[in-house]
Amino acid sequence: MEKLLHNIIEFLPSLLKGTQFTIQITFFAIIISTLFGFIFSLCLISKKRYLNKPVRIFINIIRGTPLLVQMFYVYFVLPDLGIKLGAMQAGILALSICYGAYHAEIFRSGIISITIGQWDAAKSIGLRYHQIMSRIILPQAARIILPPMGTSYIILLKDSSLASVITVRELTRAGQLIASTTFENLTVFTMVAVIYIILTQLLNLFIHAMEKKYRLK
Amino acid sequence: MIEIKNLHKFFGKAHILKGVHLQVKKRDVTVIVGPSGSGKSTLLRCINRLEEIQEGEIWIDGENISSTSTNVYKVRAEVGMVFQQFNLFPHMNALQNVTLGPILTNKKPKKEAEHSAMELLRKVGLSGKEQAYPSQLSGGQQQRVAIARALAMQPKVMLFDEATSALDPELVGEVLNVMKQLAQDGMTMIVVTHEMGFAKEVANRVAFMDEGIVVEEGPPNEIFDHPKTQRAASFFSKIL
Repeated sequence: MEKLLHNIIEFLPSLLKGTQFTIQITFFAIIISTLFGFIFSLCLISKKRYLNKPVRIFINIIRGTPLLVQMFYVYFVLPDLGIKLGAMQAGILALSICYGAYHAEIFRSGIISITIGQWDAAKSIGLRYHQIMSRIILPQAARIILPPMGTSYIILLKDSSLASVITVRELTRAGQLIASTTFENLTVFTMVAVIYIILTQLLNLFIHAMEKKYRLK
Repeated sequence: MIEIKNLHKFFGKAHILKGVHLQVKKRDVTVIVGPSGSGKSTLLRCINRLEEIQEGEIWIDGENISSTSTNVYKVRAEVGMVFQQFNLFPHMNALQNVTLGPILTNKKPKKEAEHSAMELLRKVGLSGKEQAYPSQLSGGQQQRVAIARALAMQPKVMLFDEATSALDPELVGEVLNVMKQLAQDGMTMIVVTHEMGFAKEVANRVAFMDEGIVVEEGPPNEIFDHPKTQRAASFFSKIL
């Protein structure tokens, strides 16, 4: 028991350091992927073929390839094309693009669920596209968008562990490094798992608060 | 005031409006009647440019609003529209529904917009319902909020697209009364409706549409009682 406590105290600082990276990657990837997703979805619902076609093809490519491969691609292939990114940035970018593709579909389903009558009414009082989107469509679509989006954010958080393969010392990688030198697999990976559970629960709280905000009155 | 010349509208290959001609003078209340699919709603939607037209011209107050150089937002702001399904914004209360356009489009200060909105809601008989959300209102009340929303833009003309068709029968009267009041106040109105009583009582012009054109147009008693065309006569014999 004493040894366990000792181990936990010893491992905790570097696991927390890793947690910090995990939070950073997740935070930026959530923001950027949501932004990408929204922009992609606007292209998808556009009637202009030069907008919806290329984005549709791009999304199919992204959804058709593993995130792990995308990580390698961004980190190892992009430098050959002259785009050099740090491991952290590469991880964030790969996650953002991958989840941006999924989020595009989530946004799209929310936006098209709002009846055309809402568009008509908003147009009839002279509103512009961005005003209709931000004041009329998105506040209503949020109710439909948020539940699947929340699930997606949680999967994204866990998938940030894949950044370990491109040398980011996030939580999983930090755990791996400790385990490989101490052989305390049980303690280390249980601690890693518990930290992930705490993080996902915190994210859950945030998502529920958002859902509550947009509940229909 | 409004002049529609040779208006053509296609949806893909479907030819919906096939050369509509119509004139509406200031303060006119023109009721458009006709069988379903005759293009009545499409015609209204073209007048505030919810639909783009393929041929012809629509003039409002000496301005060709169908020209590509016309500011479409300005046209829509000046032409009020009331829809069959009300289309209130469900996440906003009655007051917010009415003030949104004046604040965003006409750049009115919030206080001023709210003041006029309260006045309009009073006019349509909904004082005290300012904070109510659409889901808390009856169909008739919702449609009256929708009318107030359109009026808040201070439009030159009001378009009513089967404004009472989705209402329970006992709620039709309250909406028609508001429309009647509006007509008496001198608002120029184009009304698509199946309420022949309203047409006879309130309208000073009736246009009969069929298969994408205005077949006949004139004062109500003339059109209803002495239709010149076989098509109009057979339509009215079925509904009157």
